[in-house]
Parts: sequence; C-alpha cells; structure tokens
Amino acid sequence: MRANVPSYDLVAPRDLAHALSLLPDYRPLAGGTDVMVLFEAGKLDHRCWQSILHLRELRGVTEAPDFVTLGALTTYSDIRRSSLLGAEFPLLAEAAAQVGGMATQNRGTVGGNIVNASPAADTPPALLAYDAEVELTSLRGSRWVRYASFHTGYKRMDLAPDELLTAVRLPRGGRVTKSSYRKVGTRRAQAISKVCFAATCTGDRIRIGLASVAPVPLLVEATRADARERLEAALAPIDDIRSTAAYRRQVALNLLEEFLA
Amino acid sequence: MESYVTTIRCTVNGIARSIKTPPMARLLDVLREEMDCTGVKEGCGEGECGACSVLLDGELVNSCLIPVLQGEDSTIVTIEGLAPSDSLHKIQHAFLDCGGAQCGICTPGMILATAALLERHPQPTPDQIREGLAGNLCRCTGYMRIFEAVEQAARG
Amino acid sequence: MIGRPVPRKEGIAKVTGRARYVADMSLPGMLYGVTVRNPTGRGRIRNIVFEPGVPWEELTVVTARDIPGTNAVALLMNDQPVLADEVSAHIEEPVVLLAHPDRYLVEEARRRVRIEIDPLPQIFTLEDALAKREVIWGTDNIFKTFSVAKGDIQVGFAAADLIVEGEYETGAQEQLYIETNGMIATANLADGVTVWGSMQCPYYIHKALLPIFALPAEKVRIIQMETGGGFGGKEEYPSMIAAHAALLAWKSGKPVKLIYDRAEDMVATTKRHPSRTRHRTGLTKDGRLTAMEIEFDIDGGAYCTLSPVVLSRGTIHAAGPYECANVSIRSRAVATSIPPHGAFRGFGAPQSIFALERQMDRCARAVGLSPEEFRRRNFLHQGQSTATGQVIREKLELEKLLDRALELSHYRQRTEEFAKTNPASSLKRGIGFASFMHGAGFTGSGEVYLKSVVGVETTLEGNVRILTASTEIGQGTNTILSQIAAETLGLDYDRIELATPDTGQVPNSGPTVASRTCMVVGKLVEAACQGLKQILEASGLSIADYTRQFGPARAYSEYQPPPGVAWNDETYQGDAYGAFAWAVYVAVVEVDPATAEVRVTDFVALQEVGKVIHPVMATGQIEGGVAQAIGYALYEKVAWKNGHMANAQMTNYIMPTSADLPPIRVFFEENPYAYGPAGAKGIGELPMDGAAPAILNAIENALGVGFNEVPLTPEMIGDRLWSRT
Repeated sequence: MRANVPSYDLVAPRDLAHALSLLPDYRPLAGGTDVMVLFEAGKLDHRCWQSILHLRELRGVTEAPDFVTLGALTTYSDIRRSSLLGAEFPLLAEAAAQVGGMATQNRGTVGGNIVNASPAADTPPALLAYDAEVELTSLRGSRWVRYASFHTGYKRMDLAPDELLTAVRLPRGGRVTKSSYRKVGTRRAQAISKVCFAATCTGDRIRIGLASVAPVPLLVEATRADARERLEAALAPIDDIRSTAAYRRQVALNLLEEFLA
Repeated sequence: MESYVTTIRCTVNGIARSIKTPPMARLLDVLREEMDCTGVKEGCGEGECGACSVLLDGELVNSCLIPVLQGEDSTIVTIEGLAPSDSLHKIQHAFLDCGGAQCGICTPGMILATAALLERHPQPTPDQIREGLAGNLCRCTGYMRIFEAVEQAARG
Repeated sequence: MIGRPVPRKEGIAKVTGRARYVADMSLPGMLYGVTVRNPTGRGRIRNIVFEPGVPWEELTVVTARDIPGTNAVALLMNDQPVLADEVSAHIEEPVVLLAHPDRYLVEEARRRVRIEIDPLPQIFTLEDALAKREVIWGTDNIFKTFSVAKGDIQVGFAAADLIVEGEYETGAQEQLYIETNGMIATANLADGVTVWGSMQCPYYIHKALLPIFALPAEKVRIIQMETGGGFGGKEEYPSMIAAHAALLAWKSGKPVKLIYDRAEDMVATTKRHPSRTRHRTGLTKDGRLTAMEIEFDIDGGAYCTLSPVVLSRGTIHAAGPYECANVSIRSRAVATSIPPHGAFRGFGAPQSIFALERQMDRCARAVGLSPEEFRRRNFLHQGQSTATGQVIREKLELEKLLDRALELSHYRQRTEEFAKTNPASSLKRGIGFASFMHGAGFTGSGEVYLKSVVGVETTLEGNVRILTASTEIGQGTNTILSQIAAETLGLDYDRIELATPDTGQVPNSGPTVASRTCMVVGKLVEAACQGLKQILEASGLSIADYTRQFGPARAYSEYQPPPGVAWNDETYQGDAYGAFAWAVYVAVVEVDPATAEVRVTDFVALQEVGKVIHPVMATGQIEGGVAQAIGYALYEKVAWKNGHMANAQMTNYIMPTSADLPPIRVFFEENPYAYGPAGAKGIGELPMDGAAPAILNAIENALGVGFNEVPLTPEMIGDRLWSRT
C-alpha cells in the first residue's frame, strides 16, 4: 500500500440527490476495481471520494417495451445472472463473464466500466454493438447520450464534472440475425484484452464494437460489403506492454473475417 | 495534510465489531491489523491474485479493493470464520486430503472461492471449477490438486 | 510410511489460515521500513535530497555510511553492495532505507526522497555485453566461463554426413511466489541481530549478515517463518532484505518490519537468467550423433549473484540424455546493466534443455526420421557417459520411458489424426515431446564442500524432533523428512516433530535448493535416525523414559559422498551429480490461426525419480513445475524498458490461471537409487525443464512452422503466420 491512506476522505451519500450534491468535489467510487488499484499504487491524485455502491436505485435490470435499462451500479455478476440480458443481449452477458474473476465480477459495475474510460474495457464493445445509450444525471437534470458518441478522446468523455452516469439502456426489437463476442486477452481469465471484438448483424447492417484497438472503445458501422474497408480505416492501435499494433490490427481483421464467414 | 477517520460497524466471523479507521483504509488491512484475521493474505494489492478473498454479505470479494467504509453494516467471513473453532469445514478437509495446499499463501482465498463456487454450483462441472477459481492464482500446485479438492468437497 | 500420502505436517495451519508468515508477525514498538531505489539506471550518485512535507526528524534514515561492517552481500564474489554508494550499477538498486512507526507516513516519505544520478553508459543485451560495447564489470563483462570437452569435436564433425545448426533464446522469468518477500529484524550491539522472514536458506542470510555487522556467528540469528513459495526466488535476495531490515533496526534501536509489495518484488528481486544457445550438431545419414558443439550464454545482470552456479548447471545439462562421442560445450555468464538475475527452479537447465530439445527435433527432420526414432537411436544407456564423462551406473532404459509416455499421450493416434484433420480445420492441433534429465543435489564437489549436518533429538513427550535448516516452502520438506524419520525409527508419523529452521537452534543442513532436500538432506535424516535408534536400543528405554532420565538423546549425521564419485573442478569432467531423474514430457496444443493463440490441451509428464516418498505431494510438485513451465513457454514475458521491468504487476505479467492449463497427467517410474533415502532422488526442479521444448515441438507439428524462442507469444507467432499470407 503506497498511498498515505488517512489523507483520503471517503463518504457515503444518503441517496442519489445527496450524491449529486457532493459532485464534483467528491468523486464517485463504485466497485473500486479500478480506483482502488490506482490508490494502492500511490497514483490516486484526487483526495475526496464518495462511495455510491450502496445506492439501490442505481442497481438492477429493468424492462420496458422499447428498452432494457441497467442501473449504472449493476454488477457484472448481476448481468451474468439476468436471464433477460442472456436471452436478448448475449454479447453483454458474455462480456460480463469475461471480466476478471468471480470477486471482480461481484464488485465491478457497468457504469464504472464505462466511466473508467479504459480503451481496453470489456463491456463497451458489446454496448456499442447494441447501440446503447447512457443516462447522465446532475442536479441540473438528466440527459440521454448515444454511447457511441460518449467517449471523445483518450480518457475524455461527454460527462460534465457535476454529472453522474446513472443508467445504460439497450434498444429492443432490433432483428439481430447474427452476433459474436470475442475477447482476445493475455490469458483465458483475469485478462486485459489485446483485442476485443463484438459484432451484431441486422439484415445487411453490421455494427462492430471494439476495444484495445484505438484510444477509445470503437464503433464501426458498416454493411457486409464495406465492413473490411471501414474497419481497417477505423483501427488505430498502439504497441504497449500487452501487445503490438500490428497484432491488434491483424487480429481485429481476422475476427471480422470469421464473423463474416 | 488532512487526516480523515470514521467509525465502522460490521460483523466479522460472527462477532460484532466497531472500529475507528481512515475511511479509505483497505478492508484487507483492517481485517489483518485491527481484527487479527491474518489468514487474509495480500498477494498483489490490485485484485488480481485473490489471496485476500473474503466473503462480504455472502459474496466473494477481493478485500484489497474494498475501502473499509464499504464494509459498514456488512457481514464478513474470513478463513478464520469458515468453520467453528477446532473443527474443519469439508472444503478444508478436502484441501488437506488432496494436496490442495502447498505453500499455503493462496489457500485461505482459494478455500473461500471454493465455498462461494459451491454455494452457487453445488455440483460444479470441471469448467465451472476452472472458471470459478480463475480469480485465485496459485503458483505451487498447477491447480490440479485444487480441482480434485473441490470435487471431493462437492461430493460432501 | 514411505510411499503413503500422510497428511501434510503443517497442513491444518495452512487450511485454517493460522500458519504464520512474516507479514502476520508484529513486535512491540515496531517500525515499518521501506527501500528507496535508484530511479534511473547505472550512474554516479550525485546527491540525495530529502524534500520537505514529512517530519524527517521522526524517520530513521539509513545510507551506505551507516553500515557498521562491510558494504557487500556475501555470496560468491561479494560484488553486490547492500546499499549503493557513490556508483550504482542498475535501476532499482537500493540506495536509502527509511523507517517510521506509521506505515502510511513512511510511504509518503519514500516519495519525497530524490536520488540524483549522473548517468553512466549502460548495456542491456547479451550481444552488447559480449561485444564489450561498454565494460561495466571486471575487464570483459564476463562473470564466469566453462568449457566441457568430450572426445574430439573436429573428429566428430569429420565423421558427420550433415551438420545442423540452430540458435535458441529464452527470456527472463519471474518466480512470482504469491507471498512477496519480507523480513522483521531486531538489532543492537549488545544482543546482536535477529531476523525473522520469508526465505529458503537461513544459513545464507546468516553468512551474509556477519560481515555487514562485523559480528561473530553467535550474535546473528536467522529464523524462517512460514514461507509462501520460493522457487529459487528466495534463495539469495532475502540476504539483502534481511540486511536492510537489520540496518534500520540497528540505527533506530527498534524492531523493523520490511515487506515488499508486488511491484517492488517484481522490479527489484532476481529472475531467471535470459539465455542464448547455439548448436552445431554433426549427424550420420542414419541419424546418429557424431558431434555436439554447444555455446551457451546467460545474462547475469549487474552483479554476479549466483550466475556462475546457474551457468554450471545449464552447461552440464546442455547435451542432455544422449550418447555422443564428441561434445564441446562452452558457456559464459555476462554482465548487463539490469537488476541481477538469480536462482529459479531448474537453475540454468531449463534454458539449455529448451535449446537442446528443439535442436533434436530439427536434427530428426534433417535426417528424415521421426522425433521419437531419432532419439531412440541416440539415447544414453547404462555404462555410457554424459558430456562430462559421467558413466551412468544405474539401470537406464530411456526407450521404455519414451514408449510409455507416447502411449499415455496417444502420440501415434494423435499424430495421424492431426495430420488428417488439420488441413480442413479452423484450429490446428499438434503434439510434441521432450526427453531430458535433471541432476539432483549440488553440482560436482558442491555437496562435499557444504558438509551438511542434520540432527535428531528425543523429547519428553516421547517424540523425535528433526533438527535441520532445510525449509518448508510448500514443496513438502516437513512431511517427507518426517516420513523418512518415522520409517527409519519405526515410529508413528505423528511422533515426529520439526524444529523451526532457526540458525540458533538447528545445524546447517545446507540451502533448500537444487532438488537436494529429499535426496541429500533426507538421506542425512535417515542416517541420524539410525544413530538415534542405536542409542535408544542400547539403553533399552523408551524415548520418553530416556529423555526423562538422561535428557534428550541426540544424533547427528554429516554428508558423505557416495563411494566412487569423482569430480574435477578444473576440467569439468567426472560425476556431476550423484543421481539424475529422467523424464519424457508430451504436450498437445491447439493453435487458432485467427489470433495465433496457443492452448495446451493435454500434458503427460512421465519421470523416473528413484522412489516416490509421498505420491500426492510428488504429483503436486510435478504439476506445479509443469504449470510454471507452461507459463515460461507461452505467457510469462518480462517487458524490459531500458533495463527496467515495465510490466511489474500481476495484471500484466501473465502467469497461468486455472482456466489456462490443460489436464496435467503425472506418472512415475521407480528405480531406487542406492544412496537416496528409501531410494529417492530429487524431483523439485525436473518438471521445469521439459514443458517448453515439448510445447514448441508440438506447435511446429501443428503449424509446420518452427519457433526457437520462449516465451512464444501470439504476437511472435502471428508475425510469421500472417507475413506468409
């Protein structure tokens, strides 16, 4: 433990309104699976945090005619256990099953996975493939944003300092004829992805969500005919300690070939 | 520099506890240093190895990633509380019989992960065992003796 | 008792969480210590700045100037300082030590020490070290060289119909014991130094601390706590950490606890030596070896540590279990500017055996033989000699071992099946094997120099206590030594106790390394028990009665080499090891051409180990070693950046999880060794040797493309696969 622990404050808001009133001074901490890693390494600069994991109103899967909505604090385990998501949005269920180990899945949340803004996160490709929207809430009110436009650059988001990501919704009724999720990680479990590929095919339209191939989770919308070309143009991978740009590029293209086959 | 402190109430291995602590202190450190639960081990400090696994309100968690404030009003079971004192849980017996423990540092977490796995899948398939324990790293055994121990424990 | 799966001695303590590791221990008034390290690399230390923001007057600060004795960690060369002074040889070298009662504040203080360094030239590769691009150690960057010659290599090449050449590389590997390193120390002039900690070799630490504190032997006491894995990684570096904890205790007058976190353990402590091996092999048309010329080089890092000994073992194993009349092996351990490499299970042998077993498959192909037939034509037999001229006296039937391993792995059926299905299949499958041996105990005359001693004594409760410095680090020391004692004394297993490895209490039974604990120390336990038995039988009293009347009966035994064993340190010829364990390992792999990912789907490990003392633990040892070797082959890559480990986290240094490993199927052959306890030989390191070449041989079988480097990542495979299409 490299942090000077007593110099950090952590408070528990009474409810969502209280939590919003504490923003932006007290930053939100949910399952802790990302924030606590930085903290442990002595690399967490911000000192005041609010723990929001207990806010029940932000957790759970609800069904409406046009959408299935996940509270931002819905955990990966919650997602895996939801038969509704398993049936209608299997890529998301698959993504949740591939995050960390059981202990991480019990704590980590879909909202946290999004706002941590890692380009290697596991659920964003699935959310992009399903054309998800995210709800951003502040004391000023709420707004829905298309997830595809949420990440604006490396670790940058369409999220004001006083806003909290409160929900994610997935549009229903799309006639997905084929879908696939493939995480190519450093190992088969407890891995960070080197390439993560999620795709849905609806008639001729293909939506491909990708992670670890660009500074942000990437969406490529295409038809069968121009998918290769569009994917190739969108890829912007880098060399890092986990893989190489060349590998990432080629594997993303190979996975598309497999999907199209 | 500011110094923050709060009071946390929780139940650890059946005993109600109340302690003063910095709110961001890791549950891992509080259990080890304030509550004598040194069976909770630190292997990596980043939620990767599972040596610090405990059951928090019945769910397996990595105590290194939990600020103690999140343990407020919770019920926590560590390896010390898995079986009544002077007795062994069937999982502990199975780890002994099958050679599931070598150096022993991953063992408390591995046993609690097994307890969580068997809670959800009382008769796990080999794949469910492999997946269920994938968050608990063991460098000694190559996992084979551990798989056998889980199967023995599942048989009862 | 021998051959039975008795309960692990300390098993209940481990499954209940009651086992006490060093991190679990506290002493009244204890301070927490941290190490401040060289932040940049080789250079001259210009200045150490203590920046404001913490109450420095409350901190204990130790630099090289505070060392009461010699500033060197005593090992082979004594070239490594306890704390860098004036010049630092590598990044992450310890420079300043800090201690404070508040563990959080001492971390704040660590961030506020700025070590200013004027850089000196560095070298990071074997090639640069050998080319003397910069001389950073001695006059030529070479810690040690060996030369082994059998027959006449030129005659061998002259007799060859063809020559096969190959170059092979292996990477660094982190031991990754799940318990990080740590020590607690008390120290002052009156009482001397006492250290508790995680370690393999209490007497190595004892030896290292004496000159650092300029104290006589009886004033330094080293006590092993329960140790959460070692694999060689807690062989030599713990001397450094013990010295640091003790220096802080010495200066502060208070007990000091110094525990590494994972990141520090990974960037600072030793790893397996990276290696490069070049083979030139002379063959007849019908596939007989006529000449084996081998160059074996390892990267030792910035200080000598144990590199000469690692090099020695790698050198001796480099020609493997094959009969060849003409062998030349030349080897070098070189210096680079990276943190020193050190002991890791296998100790040089996994590196040279990887190269050899890849080369043997390539030789087979060159003469148009199957890998198994090629080896059959060249296997060593009883009465023949190894590269060092060691004549194999024991019964040795490697063909039978090979037959059984191939049968257990369905080698022939699978070879045929894969050849048929691969062309049309989206996943390519392959099967491969390696045949190899591993010598148990110290090399050559090492055991004679060690003169290990073991004691046994009786207790008032009617028990017998074993006195050794051999440590339980998970591998089963406590249990197997107890089995051997119980068997020899005719006592219940439960009546055997083990003294804590405490240099104040137990004799020096040598280090817990080199697969020597069962075979060498076990034999000493057996001999000491025979002595104790004579004392008790002569008295006609029970153990309890004897102890009540006369005090504890004690018997000791000291190492004696087996008769007829001879080794020449000058020529590197003779009996390198008392005994070898022999093995054939078979791997089945599945490669996904879309991602170049390799999965090992089945693994058979068959070995002849003399006699199995504890079947469950022996199986567990092999399985664990194979798992580490699968990691070595496919996953565990240290990402170096200017001599620094850039992926020093368990998230990014990839060891196998339970989801990554195949069924590891372990089988034993027994052929009792006359000078091992109950016939046992050593097994600890053996399983590290064979998996990597077996897997790479299987990958070549699957893809028709061969690779000669580990770790072999999907990126490396992809580079070759996709550049061809």
